[in-house]
Amino acid sequence: METVRDLLIILISSSLVSNVVLSQFLGLCPFLGVSKKTETAAGMGAAIIFVITISSLVAAAIYQFMLVPLHIEYLQTIVFILVIAALVQFVEMFLKKFIPSLYQSLGIYLPLITTNCAVLGVALTNVTKQYGILKSVVNGFATAVGFTIAIVILAGLREKMVYNDVPESFKGMPIVLITAGLMAIAFCGFSGLL
Amino acid sequence: MSEIRSRLVNGLFKENPTFVLMLGMCPTLAVTTSAMNGLGMGLTTMVVLALSNMIISLLRNIIPDKVRIPAFIVIIASFVTMMELLLEGFLPSLYEALGIYIPLIVVNCIILGRAEAYASKNPVLPSLFDGIGMGLGFSFALTCIGAVRELIGSGKIFGFSVMPSSYVPCAIFVMAPGAFFVLAALTALQNKIKIAGEKKGKDMSKIGSGCSEDCMNCGEEGCGRRKFYDTESA
Repeated sequence: METVRDLLIILISSSLVSNVVLSQFLGLCPFLGVSKKTETAAGMGAAIIFVITISSLVAAAIYQFMLVPLHIEYLQTIVFILVIAALVQFVEMFLKKFIPSLYQSLGIYLPLITTNCAVLGVALTNVTKQYGILKSVVNGFATAVGFTIAIVILAGLREKMVYNDVPESFKGMPIVLITAGLMAIAFCGFSGLL
Repeated sequence: MSEIRSRLVNGLFKENPTFVLMLGMCPTLAVTTSAMNGLGMGLTTMVVLALSNMIISLLRNIIPDKVRIPAFIVIIASFVTMMELLLEGFLPSLYEALGIYIPLIVVNCIILGRAEAYASKNPVLPSLFDGIGMGLGFSFALTCIGAVRELIGSGKIFGFSVMPSSYVPCAIFVMAPGAFFVLAALTALQNKIKIAGEKKGKDMSKIGSGCSEDCMNCGEEGCGRRKFYDTESA
């Protein structure tokens, strides 16, 4: 039971309380750059969930079965970034060849994720917090869900904002950042949850 | 000499990565809770940028085009790891404060962007100074943003109280939402300058061409064009 409880706590804290974009500022580029429409935002979110879950599994396995036994933990940054970048492209090629329908909906977002700081960030956080493989996967999944929640909400707000009369200097990025700031305040409310 | 000076001026002012191009927004927002943290992050990034630019420029004729991205990543990640170990050993307080954002310098798009756009095509010395210039510009921007947030959020700059004791700090500015608001003000200012410049008929396309644009059509050798193993180039 203890582990189930731990996993639930990780799930809630990574997706809501310390949201990856709104409180840790990881993955800001796609958060700001691909949030004009709800559909594309949801597609990006799905791609991120897919990639982060797989890459946390692979990174945690490599850390535990290769880096720790060989005592080369200090190489984690180099190993993780190479593995993640290669993995993303492999996933892209795999989907293109074998699951074209999924590639149609996720494929265009995959190159954007190759050097996404959220993916590497999760892998490194898992090591810092000394999570095992199961906890790492859950943490990765939860973080990505948190990203998807944030980007879909932002995209919904931006769709509405098109009709608003925004001062000329604040059109485009500034008003989006202010919206994100207000969302961050709202997400601060979750900090009482745990 | 003029080449070196022009690279420095370019990084600090003309193509300042934060104030003009809007690149590398994640560390910019995350570590600028104080001027000191901003400066520390900026200088760490500068060292990595300058050294990796130098090595990439040295190896530019040896690295095959198809595998250039993994090669660049390995070079950059090695320098980041070195900096991480050095900071852990000699500046533990800064190491604690910057935390996970030190290893994340690897994915800072300024570094890979400069490697692609400049160092892989130019001789060693200009590349080195291009890195130093860009790094100084980044440090300058991060220190400024950090100072503003620290001043409003806790009434101090570099840890020294500068506001009168009657000033009530607006703590939200050192928390996550404050980062978004400060950046919003900054981009609004950029927009204002851009609009004014365009009215006079100047070329303002450089302003905000990085992360403030559409991610999928990034104007700055962005993430969207980067493939680990380049299957398209010959």
